[in-house]
Amino acid sequence: MMKTIGLQLRIGERTLVAGLDWQVHAGECWCVIGRNGAGKSTLLRTLAGLREADGGAVQVGGRLLPDWPLQDLARERAFLAQGRNDAFGYRVLDTVLSARHPYHDAGYWESDADYQAAHAALHALDVGALAERDVRTLSGGERQRVAIAAVLAQDTPLLLLDEPANALDLAHQVSVMGLLARLCRQSRKAVVMVSHDLNLAHSVASHALLLMGDGRWQAGPVAEVMQAPILSHCLGHPIEIVRHGSRTIYLPVEETHHE
Amino acid sequence: MQTTAQPTFSTAHTRGASRAWLVLGALALLALASILLACSVGSVALSAADLFGAISEAVRGDHSTLAATLLELRLNRALSGFVVGAMLALAGVLMQALLRNPLADPYVLGVSGGAAVGALAAMLFFTAAWAIDMAAFGGAIAVALLLFLLAHRDLRNGAVEGNAPFLLLTGVIVASGCGALVTLMLSIAPDNRLRGMVFWLIGDLSGTQLRWLPWLVLAGALIFSTRIARAINMVAQHAEAAATLGVRVGPLRKGLFVCAALLTAGAVSSAGSIGFVGLIVPHACRFALGPDHRLLLPAATLVGGTFLVLADTLARTLIAPQQLPVGVITALIGVPVFLLQLHHMRRR
Repeated sequence: MMKTIGLQLRIGERTLVAGLDWQVHAGECWCVIGRNGAGKSTLLRTLAGLREADGGAVQVGGRLLPDWPLQDLARERAFLAQGRNDAFGYRVLDTVLSARHPYHDAGYWESDADYQAAHAALHALDVGALAERDVRTLSGGERQRVAIAAVLAQDTPLLLLDEPANALDLAHQVSVMGLLARLCRQSRKAVVMVSHDLNLAHSVASHALLLMGDGRWQAGPVAEVMQAPILSHCLGHPIEIVRHGSRTIYLPVEETHHE
Repeated sequence: MQTTAQPTFSTAHTRGASRAWLVLGALALLALASILLACSVGSVALSAADLFGAISEAVRGDHSTLAATLLELRLNRALSGFVVGAMLALAGVLMQALLRNPLADPYVLGVSGGAAVGALAAMLFFTAAWAIDMAAFGGAIAVALLLFLLAHRDLRNGAVEGNAPFLLLTGVIVASGCGALVTLMLSIAPDNRLRGMVFWLIGDLSGTQLRWLPWLVLAGALIFSTRIARAINMVAQHAEAAATLGVRVGPLRKGLFVCAALLTAGAVSSAGSIGFVGLIVPHACRFALGPDHRLLLPAATLVGGTFLVLADTLARTLIAPQQLPVGVITALIGVPVFLLQLHHMRRR
């Protein structure tokens, strides 16, 4: 579904990612893990085509990114940006309908199918009641769920999500992760998301991509990659793993224990 | 994902289109009414019967009667006022979408400053009306080109959060440079030319002649922008991330910039820098009709024209026989209206 070939990412003089050869298949849910400034968002923006690669290439569906017509590509992959800045008072429904733009070669106005997709997406994220509200009046968590609803309404096989759980309360973190897991397992979609919450990531991800921030990286199934020594090294802080029944819990080791 | 397709939404898209036609029809009637009003009000008032008599005479090509002559004069002025107001309002909407800032106006990037420098220089050195208009247009285009070159990268990529601070800052600096040149010319101008220069700067329709060029620019910009209104919505909402929804953000932003600059240059070169039309009309339309550019663009165009025709009618009748520059009226109306809207925005 998506493939990077020798991908290089640089910011200024710093190399963030070097020689990334990586494949994402349908039905996989990837979590990108790394410290602040390790290049997670830069990677996602590059995959989304918002930024040119500093070397190497990105393929979606066997075709290099620059070779895709934007409109066609927008039916293949959706992108959730990290932050939103709403300058105008669009309705919640409008912002979700806007995600249907790639399906409008002919029509000037939205079709019934667009409205149905938008309402279904809003309901799936438990924000159906907010449809007529001005986006600027929403709370951070509500706004985030509306943005995820828009990504769903875009209805693409590949989803690139930069910190989807940002600003969500506990209940909605769990339900959004559950929704993403279902999308991968049942609808065979591919998800690549950035997350800082290892436990949340572990609950949904099937694979993980660790960025060390100095060019090195490690990719593989969760069971292989999300191990205490590797994660401790990647995040620059000792991490303990606790088993609780069938669940795995990641705990940062408290500094005071080392005194 | 559960599907809950309420039957009320099944005709939603046809509702969008028919609402647009309804609103635009009503606004077009209002625009027509404002022009008729402007034709009948003045030093010699024309009754409805006089007006229709004069119109039928004019249609027959007979300009001998007083009513027909008055009609021709006033209609010329009303139509020039309409096209200038419409251009300013449309330029305002486009500039606000381009900068993703609802408080931007067509003058914020200094295009009008360039026009002012050109017009005042022409007033200082030549006197012919056409030379002044040409110089104003030339000055506006020169500044627009300068901005385009300086902010080329910014226009192509969209700044990080899409607020285009680089373009905005460049524009503000260029505008203040033009302001300094204007002050310089005002201070060295001979007294007999000063009054005309000040009137030009405030914005005045009294010397304006009806021309085809502004109508062509307006029609071209309106058709172009309304056709891509969906994509404008995308950029207004998602900034550069609109690219992931299939919008070519760079070319779109360039198109918006060119349109807004041409409209502003056209408006300013025919009537001086009339303030506030490009700021409050888009704002009021967005407030009343919502931010969907498919409706907002044509609606603001009609409302802007209507507003300026009415303001100009006030300007020439308020302290008749003396005439006020219309820019004074738009500012006197615009400032309180704008403050009220700002206050309303903060309360929400």
